[in-house]
Amino acid sequence: MTATAQALVPPVPPASPASPVAKSKASGGGLGRYIVIRFLLIIPTIFILVTLVFFLMRATGDPITAALGGRLSGAQLQERIHAAGYDRPILVQYFEYLGQIVTGNFGTSISDNRPITEILATYGVATLELAFYALIVAFIVGIPLGMLAAYFRDKGQDAALRVFAILCYATPVFFAGILLKLIFAVWLNVLPVAGRATTSSEFEMQDLPNRTGIYLIDAFQTGDPAVIGDVLTHAVLPAIALGLLTAGVFLRLVRTNVIGTLSTDYVDAARSRGVSEYRLVRRHAYKPALIPIITVIGLQIALLLGGAVLTESTFEWKGLGFQLAQYLAARDFVAVQGIVALLAVIVAVTNFIVDIIAALIDPRVRY
Amino acid sequence: MSAPTTAPETAGGPTASPATKATRPPKQSLFSRLPVVHQLRQSVGLQRGMLVIGLIITAVFVICAVFAQFIAPYGFSQLRDDNGPFGAQLAPGGSHIWGTTVGGYDVFSRVIWGAQTALEVMVVAIILSIFLGVFLGLVSGYFGGWLDRILVVLADAIYAFPSLLLAIVMSIVISGGQSNLYGGILAAAISITVVYIPQYFRVIRSETVRIKGEAFVESAKVIGASNTRIMFRHVLRNSTRTLPLIFTLNASEAVLTLAGLGFLGFGIEPTAAAEWGFDLNKSLSDVTSGIWWTAVFPGLAIVLSVLGVTLVGESLNDLADPRLRGRRAVSAASGDVAQTSVVPGGTLTAGPAGLAGLEDTEGEADRDR
Repeated sequence: MTATAQALVPPVPPASPASPVAKSKASGGGLGRYIVIRFLLIIPTIFILVTLVFFLMRATGDPITAALGGRLSGAQLQERIHAAGYDRPILVQYFEYLGQIVTGNFGTSISDNRPITEILATYGVATLELAFYALIVAFIVGIPLGMLAAYFRDKGQDAALRVFAILCYATPVFFAGILLKLIFAVWLNVLPVAGRATTSSEFEMQDLPNRTGIYLIDAFQTGDPAVIGDVLTHAVLPAIALGLLTAGVFLRLVRTNVIGTLSTDYVDAARSRGVSEYRLVRRHAYKPALIPIITVIGLQIALLLGGAVLTESTFEWKGLGFQLAQYLAARDFVAVQGIVALLAVIVAVTNFIVDIIAALIDPRVRY
Repeated sequence: MSAPTTAPETAGGPTASPATKATRPPKQSLFSRLPVVHQLRQSVGLQRGMLVIGLIITAVFVICAVFAQFIAPYGFSQLRDDNGPFGAQLAPGGSHIWGTTVGGYDVFSRVIWGAQTALEVMVVAIILSIFLGVFLGLVSGYFGGWLDRILVVLADAIYAFPSLLLAIVMSIVISGGQSNLYGGILAAAISITVVYIPQYFRVIRSETVRIKGEAFVESAKVIGASNTRIMFRHVLRNSTRTLPLIFTLNASEAVLTLAGLGFLGFGIEPTAAAEWGFDLNKSLSDVTSGIWWTAVFPGLAIVLSVLGVTLVGESLNDLADPRLRGRRAVSAASGDVAQTSVVPGGTLTAGPAGLAGLEDTEGEADRDR
């Protein structure tokens, strides 16, 4: 959600990847140097977030009391706390936790005793699949409409499109989800209510030799059109609910940037040469306007993942967000910590990739 | 462009918050210089339409929130009246114009009371984050050094993180996830605050860094003004131009975050206060059986309140940016203007705003002597 404000307040030079560490070294180095510095900057980000989450979660007490407090006697609790090492000094636990994370071990969930790494691997792909669909929806809806709004600037179409963009942002994903469900799944009865696939399709995909967990790929592996159709129809409503949230942001960004480029000299020059208005918007004004959008996609990932938690809960899409809500309800803070840490890593890494892409496209971005 | 300046009036950060609530039409001449009212006069055509609609929706939201006990026919946790229990999942009509929920609450009453909860959280969250964010940004930008570096990296890390997740973590820390009315409101507000501090921090810090190098700050130093005085009188007063914009945007985000928390079960208990997100969560199972009223009304309430505040914020933003302001108000070739916003006063408020701000502080510097 923060990214929306970001898109709206131009005076903050925001997504500029320059942090003071890098600025002090700024000397107009090449792309390779930029990538290295930018990569090194991920580490403090992840480190800070993991540290923050660790100490915040631990501030409420040890995870075992939180999860099992009411159900075990005091002595049994103490025994389990001792066995898990939660009675040691917090700093010792912290460094042990850091060490474990580096080796990819996130511990074991308390409520259902599963390795966190396994949970992350199983449900992470589902979340990424959903985020990917949503991003497609956002592109398809946001970019063309943004260009239209810029072209009809200050006219009725523009106002309507901008109100649509604000509505996209103002509607919580879970409410959008509920409305879509109500209309398409309950009243019209054309799309499934919830889940990633019907049980029979899931059963069919279960036995695949190299199962990816990405249902669309798995569905194609079965080669059964019924399964493919089933998986796709299940994805439609969640993807729209989550995608519209981002589509509104894209629409506004494209609009603002295309308006900016439409008033540049080279567009005037092109217009005076007799280039058609369509071509003017489509070719001349649109492409340079895309660069800021690429940078903002990085921030959209954070928004998408946050939205995915809500979308998944609405549609019972069994991904990380859905699991997160379950573990939150069960007060299983080891699992919560693991999932939150992984999401932090995903956000940091996508931001890195996006910054590199932006640097490849626009040489001015480099330090 | 010849309109009166806003920079000096918006100064003082936190006090700017009631200004947005001044949604009634201007009656005094002082009003016309307040933010929002000033922009209202500046706007034309569609832009003015959007601003006015936003202000009307926001006003309705605030009125519902403030006078909830007079508007709502029942209490938010009321399950029965003199005629006995309400009954669960009643369709809209009769004595329950928007029906009742699965728990037997009156939907209309809970939607109205929900506005109150939302407004309370919004106000607390914004006041807290403005104070902390502005203070940290000012100190960080003014003094620089290692503190600045640490705070910037910290703010960037928090900023990049999904805000809802951070709010969830914070609400676990503060209240263990569930709590009574005031605990719940405070927990939700603090969770939201933590998420939004970085935004205020970044804006104020970058403004502070820019203003710090201005001549009037140097003159104040030469005169021997203390750091505190320079920071709060000279720098802060000139760096708050963007605050009304961020403020409106964050107000709407606060509503959404609160609803998100409530939807995930981290909101306020239904017996302590009405909360739209919580009600939507409870309505999830209704929807599959075609019961729409328990979901649609609280959901629309969220959408409308966010829409209203966002329309105001968006209009303010557009009016502040010459590239986006209505074309009748600004000559067409304004693309370059925004690029030169490094000039003190910049492009945020109309033309001479920054200059007037400068004059103000220079006057104060004189008085220091």
